[in-house]
Parts: sequence; structure tokens; C-alpha cells
Amino acid sequence: MVKNGYSQKDKSDRAVLNVRRTVSYIVLAILTVICLFSFYILIINASRSHPEIQKGFSAMPGKSLRINFNSLMSNDNLPVLRGILNSLLVSGGCAVLTTYFSALTAYAIHAYNFRFRKAAFYFILMIMMVPTQVTALGFVRQMNAMKLMDSFIPLILPSIAAPTVFFFMKQYMEGALPLEIVDAARIDGSGEFHTFNFVVMPILKPAMAVQAIFAFVTAWNNYFIPNLILQSKMKKTLPILIAQLRSADFLKFDMGQVYMMIAISILPVIVVYLCLSRFIVAGVALGSVKG
Amino acid sequence: MTASGMKHTRRRKKGVSYVKWGYIFLIPFFLIYTIFSLAPLLSTFYNSFFENFMSGLKQIGPTFVGFENYVKIFTEGDLLKYAENTLIIWIMGFVPQIIVSLLLASWFTDIRLRLKAQGFFKTIIYMPNLIMASAFAMLFFALFSDYGPVNSILQSMGLLDSPFRFLSSVWGTRGLIALMNFLMWFGNTTILLMAGIMGIDTTLYEAAEVDGAKPSQTFWKITIPLLKPILLYVMITSMIGGIQMFDVPQILTNAKGTPNRTTMTLIMYLNKHLYSKNYGMAGALSVILFIITAILSLVVFFSLTKKDD
Amino acid sequence: MKKKVMSVVLAASMLAGMTMSAVPAAAAEEEGKVLNIYCWNEEFQSRYMDYFDAKGLLPEGVTVNWVITPNENNGYQDKLDETLLNQENADADDKIDIFLIEADYALKYVDSEYTLDVKNDIGLTDEDLKDQYKYTQDIATDSNGALKGVTWQATPGLFAYRRSIAKDVLGTDDPDEVQAALADWTKFEEVAAKAAEKGYKMLSGYDDAYRTFSNNVSGPWVDEDLNVVVDENLMNWVDQTKSFTDNGYNNKTALWADGWNADQGPDGKVFGFFYSTWGINFTLLGNSLETPVDAGGKEEVGNGAFGDWAVCEGPQNYYWGGTWICAAKDTDNPTLIHDIMYTLTCDPVTMKAITEDTQDYTNNQTAMGELADSDFQSAFLGGQNHIKLFAEAAPKIDMSNISPYDQGCNEEFQAAFKDYFDGNVEKEEALSNFYTAITEKYPELNTPE
Repeated sequence: MVKNGYSQKDKSDRAVLNVRRTVSYIVLAILTVICLFSFYILIINASRSHPEIQKGFSAMPGKSLRINFNSLMSNDNLPVLRGILNSLLVSGGCAVLTTYFSALTAYAIHAYNFRFRKAAFYFILMIMMVPTQVTALGFVRQMNAMKLMDSFIPLILPSIAAPTVFFFMKQYMEGALPLEIVDAARIDGSGEFHTFNFVVMPILKPAMAVQAIFAFVTAWNNYFIPNLILQSKMKKTLPILIAQLRSADFLKFDMGQVYMMIAISILPVIVVYLCLSRFIVAGVALGSVKG
Repeated sequence: MTASGMKHTRRRKKGVSYVKWGYIFLIPFFLIYTIFSLAPLLSTFYNSFFENFMSGLKQIGPTFVGFENYVKIFTEGDLLKYAENTLIIWIMGFVPQIIVSLLLASWFTDIRLRLKAQGFFKTIIYMPNLIMASAFAMLFFALFSDYGPVNSILQSMGLLDSPFRFLSSVWGTRGLIALMNFLMWFGNTTILLMAGIMGIDTTLYEAAEVDGAKPSQTFWKITIPLLKPILLYVMITSMIGGIQMFDVPQILTNAKGTPNRTTMTLIMYLNKHLYSKNYGMAGALSVILFIITAILSLVVFFSLTKKDD
Repeated sequence: MKKKVMSVVLAASMLAGMTMSAVPAAAAEEEGKVLNIYCWNEEFQSRYMDYFDAKGLLPEGVTVNWVITPNENNGYQDKLDETLLNQENADADDKIDIFLIEADYALKYVDSEYTLDVKNDIGLTDEDLKDQYKYTQDIATDSNGALKGVTWQATPGLFAYRRSIAKDVLGTDDPDEVQAALADWTKFEEVAAKAAEKGYKMLSGYDDAYRTFSNNVSGPWVDEDLNVVVDENLMNWVDQTKSFTDNGYNNKTALWADGWNADQGPDGKVFGFFYSTWGINFTLLGNSLETPVDAGGKEEVGNGAFGDWAVCEGPQNYYWGGTWICAAKDTDNPTLIHDIMYTLTCDPVTMKAITEDTQDYTNNQTAMGELADSDFQSAFLGGQNHIKLFAEAAPKIDMSNISPYDQGCNEEFQAAFKDYFDGNVEKEEALSNFYTAITEKYPELNTPE
């Protein structure tokens, strides 16, 4: 009797689960189509010639893929490979610095009970709300005065002080970093810096991977400030090169090349994203903190 | 005697020798912040009290004008209208975003649902964020143009007689901006929420399953409460992101906030003043935005954290 | 083609060598070793490479440094302004030597102390400059009458119409007869009505005719007391465009939009387009083909609408486009700048060569006159000699009514009235939106509000 009841419950449970699963798959399938649609058009358009694109949309690829690619690569004013390298350097630098130092800053406020702890926390929370566009022109003027124009330093170094990333780390630590772990490390004789690097950081891995992706992508797609800071063509990052293609003169203006360039510049982020997203999945095991 | 003794024991409890590390670990952040952000920021605030802009290549000012810039913004500008636009477009994007993201995050982390090809889906949903906002807006512009593919599909399906001019209609344009914001950010939010859920002790879910809890119960009783810090983060950053909404409407409407300035967001309005390097007006506007955002964020922050203490 | 370019270059360099023997080699040696050129695209760079550098005119030891900043989000002017304002403190090799500007904001730089007088400071003579079209000099002349910039291009505009549609609507596709039918705006509107009866659109977008109106105003956008003045002719554009829109005489597109480009294609139902020199040979031609050149199509009759186009002067004269070369204050390369300016914007041999090689119409009345009188025929325009029409139209362009605020005013005016054409706002509100946008861009201006 009891047994029977259990199996009936099991059955209905399984039915419910199946329904939920089906719903999930349908929703995910719809979202997948919507998400991939832009990429589809991007690739289609990268294979079409300028007049074809100008005349409207097509669901079928054109024949100009190779032409677009070759004319892009043979343009002396658009060092595409160098641009990829520069973008990788800037974005990679930003991702590494911002995740490491934000975690360190968050850890300082999470784990130490010093006098200005609350003040420091609210200060950072407050500056998070400053619209970034506000300081842009003042920033450029200051970099000019500091002789840091045409350099990667003003693009990479400021990411050390990223209030939003700090805030995320702080919030994450509250859920995932019990101070007992730190105390245990101290008892084992671990130094504070050592504890942060080798005990705390592994716990933060999922959070850091997430923020590294965000920081990387944000820096990768950043156009406004780099365009005002960078000058020489060998230092330009991809968004500047894309904008340069888009403001080409009437003789050279070619939407096929623009789409090709966008496609090329998206590829590396996708690769980085795929690498890091694996980290997040792996982080499940690492990140589960058990009291 | 007693007081100092108490202080002594309290200090020892927290660890006397460790406190200085708190300060040391804060040095990089504050040093870099002061050099690269605080200095330009303070000059922004300072400038809000001056008439200071460029007429061509000629500098006008700086002349101290007190609160005149602020008065101008409140009396002459349509600040409220732009705030309303921003709020409406943000809500139109955020509500579906948080619902879909919570749903997806709970599905992905549901140990009983065991969705297949999870890695694939997780990868896909974040991908719209990889496209530059400008390129994304360019694509949408082409897709939804009067003679673009969306209109021709709708017409061939018999849903429309003549093309719907999305970008000439108030709700068409607002809807497109909200849709793009949703597409660009729901994957991001899902990942954040997943990272948060992954931080939750899995034994809690195992225990819940043993106790025969329904998925909705586990979701409301375990996931949501323990996810609070991350939810708070998502709320606040999305709100700040919403108030700072710029790229997408800027490019989609060619900086004009068309039609009839109904898609002009606060930062687009701010950006208008940067054209003439109008540090005075831009500064005053930033101070106002800063105050609005600060109040909103602190309200959200305290209303959500109060119960924990 | 390549051979032809080479021979032209050779001939030109020999000639240039003769005309410029006055420039002592020693003078160049005392000058700076780096020539910094600020621009937003590669157009001038290719002209410079093909017609100056390739002739070996660059003194030995001097390197040219191109600083290309895209226009997007006003990026080019931001960068240029920041650098110009810092010019005095910059090292000699970092100073801007040459920068390029466009007509709509030319006066912003021309009317400043940061540009050099091309006659008194750089040394171009009236004799050198005599063949340039007057309007190109008007645009780059400051309020004291000093010429501060020169251009190698002239960009007179015409009205390009579809021959087959003209035949259907007017019964003729002969440029002279079509011109007679479109000679003024009243006639233009009559033809628009006739075209609509036959199922055609007269124009494609709201903004197609804008330049024709804005180039023929009775006064500048901004008067001496910094008041914004909306010229009557611009309101004529508003009224005409509104009635065109409401009557279905246009396709509600915009310049450069997909629909606008498609309207120029083989299936287009639009009577014609206002286009200037460069637009006809490149944009319109490219759009008109059924099979694009990249996909193996040929530029010949039978491929789409190739050969089905013709040009006439249209109701009013106007220009569209062009890039001006300016010399920056404190440059350490005045002689080199002189040579570049002379070769690319004054030397008839070079300029004729540019037109012959690239079909770009150049700023030299004598050279263009020679081409206009030749038996030149454009297959794309059904055998018409359009250079002749350009040469007739260019001297009639009058750009004395420009202001430093034209870029913002023209842009915001069209944007504000788009809402009116779309039916989203009334005329008054559109005008008031325009004034709002203008005071945001130019806080120093007064508007009647």
C-alpha cells in the first residue's frame, strides 16, 4: 500500500519533471534562435558585397567572403592583426587587473575590521554611481597633461579601481567566504597576503571568471576613450579600426568590409568567452563552500 | 583601566596584527582611483558652478555663476521628460530580463531537471553581449528599417498591409531599445545569478529533495533568500546601468532621441552638452544624476539588507 | 590603367619639377623632419601618395605621420581640438602641420588663430589660386577675408534622373528637355504630381532636396548678434517635403538608408536623386547595377539600370561634399605644406590627371574646362558628357552665406523636422525642438524662445 503510493507519486513527479523539461527546452530553443540571429546576419553580410548589402537583406550568403577578407587584410591603414593583438593586450590586462584587485579590495573590507571599513565601503558604493561619460573629457585632458597620450596605461591601469567589480566580489564573499576559513589559515601559519592568494582566491574562482569575462568584453568593445587616447595606427584597438572603416570616404566605403571586420573582431572574444565559461562550470566543484 | 582592558580584549579577538592588512590591501584601489578617476570627477563637480564651454576653438569662461547651471537645467531643460524616458525604457527591458534570467538560472542549476546541452545554451545566451553595442544597433537598424526584413516578413505573412515604421514610432523605437537591452544583458544576468546559486551549499538542495520539496518551494525558500546579495547586486547595477543607458539609443536614433525626443535618455542629454565641451552644464547635470542614483541605490540597498541585521 | 597612371605621373612630375624649381632644396632641410597630418579617413592620403609622394616631391629625411581619427561621435574634431589647443606646448615633431576639414564646420577652424593664411603665411599666390572655383574659396575664407584652406575637389551637384521614368512621365529623356521641365521648384512639383499619377515617386527621402534649399539661403544660419535665423528657403523645404510626404511623392527614406539605396537600383520607382560629382560615378552607379562588380557584374548597359540614368542641373545650384586642407599654426614645415597645397590643389596637370584617373571632379576651372569641351561620354549616363554640366554648374554655386554653426544647424534642423514629416509633431513643436537642440550644441547662441 505504502509502496504503491510512493511509486504513484514518483510517476506524477516524473511527468511534471518531463513537462518542465520540455518547457525549458522550448524556451531555450527560442532564445537560442533570437541570440544567434544577429550572428547569422553578421556572417551573411560579411560574405556580401557593398552594393548587395546596401540594397537590403538576404538570408543567403553572397560570394564576396574572400574578397572582403582580402581587401581588409591588404589595407595598410588598418593593421587588423595588430589591432587584435592590441585589443587582446588591453582587454586581457583589464580583466586580470580588475578581477585581482577588486577581489583584494573586497577582501580587505570583508575580512578586516578596521576603523574606516564602513566608510571605505560606502565611499566605493557611492562612486559606483558616477556616470562614466561624465569624467571622460576631463580624463583625456589629464592624460594629456600627464604625457600618457597614445599609451595603453590610461586604458589598462584604471581598471584596478572598478567599483562595480568590487561590489560584486564583496557580495559574493558574503555568500561564499566564511571567515572561519581565513582563521583556519592563520592558525596554520599562513601570512595574510599568502592567505588571500592561495586560500581565498581559489574560492572566488567562479566569481572571478564571471567578472573577468565581463571586464574583458567591456574593454574589448570600448571605443570612446581609446579613440581619444590612442593615435598611432599600430596602437589602435579593434573598435577604432571598425569606426575608421565606417567613416571611410566614398571611394573606399564598403559595408562588406565593415561586417567582415566586425565578424573578425567578435571571434577572439568568443574564444576567450568559451575558455572562461568552462572555468565557471568547473568552478561549481571548487566554489562550493561547505562551512 | 577597565575600558582600556576591554578594548584590549576586543582588539585581540579581531586580531591586532591583522588590521593593518585591511589598509594595505586597500592601497591599490584608492591610489589608482584618486589618480585616474577622482581628480577628473572633482573637477567635474567643481565645474558645475561655472560657465565654461567652447565656442568653436574659443574657450568661454570659466566664470563663476553659482547655481545658475542647476537652475537652467530645472527651468529650461526637460530633465523630467528624459528621466521618464529612461525609466520607461529601462523597466521595459529589465522586467523581462530579471524574470527570464531567474528562470534560466534556476533551470540550469536545478539538479533534478538535468538539462542537456547546458554548456551550449549558457554559451549562446551570453553571446549577444559580445557584439559591440554600435554594431548591434547597426544590425537592428537594418533589420527593422521600413523596407527591412522584419517588415517584409510581417507583410508576407499578411499581418501588415504597409511597412510599420518602427523607428518613426514612439513605442516602436522604445520597444526596440528595450529589446536590445534585454538581449544584451539577460545572459549576463543569468550568469551572475548562476554564479550566485552555485555558491549556495548544494547539500541544502539535496536535503530539500529528500524532504520532498517542490521545485517552486526550493526556489522560493532556498534559492531566493540565499541569492539575496547577488540579486541586490543585479538590481543595483542594472539600475545604475539603466540610468546610464546610452550606447544603444544613441546609435539607434543617431544621437537625436527620435521621435520627438521620446527616446532621449539622461546620459544622451548629458552627452549633448559634451559636444560643446560644456563643462558647466554637463557638470551640473552629472551632480544631479549622481544624487538621483545615489538615493535610489541606497534605498534599494538598505531596504534589502535591513532584515539580515 | 596602371600604365596610364604611370605615364601621367611621369609627365606631371617633369612639369612639376619645372614649375617648382623656385623652391630651394636647402629651405626644406631647415624644416622639421616630421609632417603630422590629421584627418578622418584615407581619401586625402591616397591623393597625396599617388600625386605627391609618388613623384618624389617629399624632401629626403622627412617622414609623414598620418593621424587618422574616425568621425564617429565627433571623435575627429574632439581629437583635433584637444591637440590644437595644446599646439604651443607640444614638441616640434608632435605639432600638427596639416589638418583636414569639411565645409559644414570649416569656419570653426578657418575663423580661428590656429589656421595659417595660405597666401601670406604659406606663400600660394593669387596666380596659383586663380583656377579654383570661387565657392571652394568662400567656404575657407575667414571673416577678415583671408584664405585659410584649399581643396583639390569641387563638388557641384546635379539632379540625376532615371531615363525610362522620365520618358514615361514627360515623354522625353533628353537632358535639355527634362531640365526645362524641372527648371524651378514649381515645375518640379508639377512633375512630381505627374509622376505620382503614373505610380512613381519623385524623390526617395525627406532629405534628398535639403542641400538644394540650404545652399540657396538669403543669410547665414546665425547673425552677427548670435541669433539663430531660420531662412525662408529652409521653411520652403519644410513645406515642400511635407506636401511631398502627404501626397505620396516620396518614399519616406533617408540618405544612405537601405531603402534609399534600393530606390536607386534596377527595381527603383523613384524619378531622380540630387547627387554631386562623386555620388554619381560611385554611389549611384554601384547601386544601379543588378550584379555588383565584386560578384562578376560588368559596368555596362544591360546590367541593371546602367545606362538608364542622365543628369540635368535641376531647380537650383548646390554642392555636396569636399575636403579642405589647412596648415596649422606653429608648423615647422611651411615650405613642404606649400608644395603639397600647390601640387594637389593648384597644379592643372596634377588635377587633370586626378580627374582622368579617378573620375573625381577637381577644383581647377581650366583643366575641367578642357575635359568639358572634349568628346567625353559617360556610358553610365547613356552617353552624356556630364563633366560639361558640372563645369557649368560649379561657378554658379554661391556659398557666401555660411556660418561656423552650419554642421549642427543643418543636422538638427533636418532631424527636428523629420518628426513633423512623420506626423509625430506639429510644425511649431518641431521648430521648438530644433531650437532646444541648437542651444544644447551651441550654448552661446540665442533662439527666439
